[in-house]
Amino acid sequence: MKKPKKNPATKEKFSWELMYKQRFLLMMSVPFLIWLIIFKYIPLWGWTMAFQEVTPKTFAMSVWERPFVGFGNFVTAFTDRLFAQTMMNTIFISILGIGLGTAGAILFALMLNEIRMQKFKKFTQTVSYLPHFVSWVIIASIAKMFLNDGGALETMLGGARLHLMSSNSPMFWIVVCLINVWKEVGWDAIIYLSAMAGIDQGIYEAAKVDGANRFQQIWHITLPGVKPTAIVLLIMSIGSALNVGMERQMLLSNGIVQDHAMVLSWFAYVRGIGSNNYGLGTAIGMFQSVVGIILLFIANKIAGMFGEDKLV
Amino acid sequence: MKLESKKTAFDYILLAGFCVLIVITVYPFLNVLAISLNDPMDTMRGINFVIPRVFTLSNYQYIFSENNMLQPLILSVVRTLVGTGLGVICTSMLAYVLSRKDFYFNKSFTIIFIVTMYVSGGMIPEYLLIMRTLRMGQNFWVYIIPGLIWVYNVILMRSFIEGMPMALQEAAKIDGANDFVIWYKIILPLCKPVLATVALFVAVGQWNSFMDTYLYARELPTLQYVLYEVMQSAEIKMDTHAASMGLVQNTVSPMSVRMAVTVVATLPILIVYPFLQKYFVGGMTLGAVKD
Repeated sequence: MKKPKKNPATKEKFSWELMYKQRFLLMMSVPFLIWLIIFKYIPLWGWTMAFQEVTPKTFAMSVWERPFVGFGNFVTAFTDRLFAQTMMNTIFISILGIGLGTAGAILFALMLNEIRMQKFKKFTQTVSYLPHFVSWVIIASIAKMFLNDGGALETMLGGARLHLMSSNSPMFWIVVCLINVWKEVGWDAIIYLSAMAGIDQGIYEAAKVDGANRFQQIWHITLPGVKPTAIVLLIMSIGSALNVGMERQMLLSNGIVQDHAMVLSWFAYVRGIGSNNYGLGTAIGMFQSVVGIILLFIANKIAGMFGEDKLV
Repeated sequence: MKLESKKTAFDYILLAGFCVLIVITVYPFLNVLAISLNDPMDTMRGINFVIPRVFTLSNYQYIFSENNMLQPLILSVVRTLVGTGLGVICTSMLAYVLSRKDFYFNKSFTIIFIVTMYVSGGMIPEYLLIMRTLRMGQNFWVYIIPGLIWVYNVILMRSFIEGMPMALQEAAKIDGANDFVIWYKIILPLCKPVLATVALFVAVGQWNSFMDTYLYARELPTLQYVLYEVMQSAEIKMDTHAASMGLVQNTVSPMSVRMAVTVVATLPILIVYPFLQKYFVGGMTLGAVKD
């Protein structure tokens, strides 16, 4: 995170003369400020709907006229028959995703860091972040062709029945997370690779003089070198732990695995827009955001306790 | 370490590992391409191949003639061009203003913008704002306006502009240029590398965007949304096998059609990717250094 820099230039006091002097700057920014208020701040104001009963009929009323229900929407959400399963899916997909994603990215970056053929390294890297730029719809289309029953993977393995996309079990969590790793590992490795490039080469030389082999060098120099980066990224991902995207889940799932694919954001869509209970949908979304902010602060505190650099 | 040229067993294990990874990454794409170029009847024998066994373009003919893919394709291209063009202009304009330390509202505006990176109202309030309050549903501009600026890109560009020497701007000011002219004539031309990065991020985001069509404009389907629909219907057909007879007469199969649409939706990215990937990575590390 950026630390606010002290600006030595003294700031001028407000005056209409100054406003006129800076009229072009104002003209170049105020329209965007209005855009921001409309598209980002008005939805925040929409959180008031979480405490009201809002249906397509009452939406047209003003905020003050809609029936106030206190925490009623939250109670409805938490006692929903889908809520417990949804929560569990969200948490496990999130933890698995962060774990596999981080481990995969660091491992891949380590491999790239160790390889000595520069041209080949470049080529591998270029190939590896290609899937990052491909949309989830396309990935889902490919994944279904590949992993469905009777798909390419099963024929490749001699007709084995894996039921990767057709067993209503936590297996789907793992499948989703592995597809995500496949898509993102190359891209996520970039940041670790640049952290590794920043490690002082002299340390390696010294270790070699002391007789450290390559594994010992990786274990004692490279891995500790990327630890701060990994911690910052972990804190950030914990902050968004409940924000498992609806798009990916919806596209990869099918009727059979739906129970284990439903996550909070999708649940908000199903209840909020699908069944036209806007108040309930907003409440679920708000719960997600607020828990995310709390988690971010907790993770930040824990990192601070262990003597790591704090994020905020 | 890099100076050593002697290869050990470790190097060969690494090399083998990378070859496996490359195959895992590339094989599915080649498989899709091969199926899309293969005869649908032949594909039913088995889908595991990377070289078309019976070459045909009939799948592509079908999706462009009978499935009417042309309109979604044009829409995808137009939204990518318009969204990227407007997005880059607006982002750079705002980034320039926020880079000006002497601007009276610099700090307050910056904070107001950055806050939105961390808290957002969520899907339902945004949906209601766009569909009910602003009535932008089924309108082309719903693809452009709500996502016009990404605050992350503004910050990226602002730090780039802050790295440029102030003397340039001051010299222009003495020559009588106003702030708009400085942005247009001096900042923009010098920002080319970061402009390219931002443009690419926005363009990829626009091209790949699916949720906005799904939520707001199903009557204006883009390529990604068409692929989604084809996927949905293909699943139903495969479940029931009801349509398979009719499809055989047309010599298309849901699988082949789906793969052809997948290729059409992926191809533009694949084409521009090798030329532009250095900008992507540049942007990624630029952001990493600054944060």
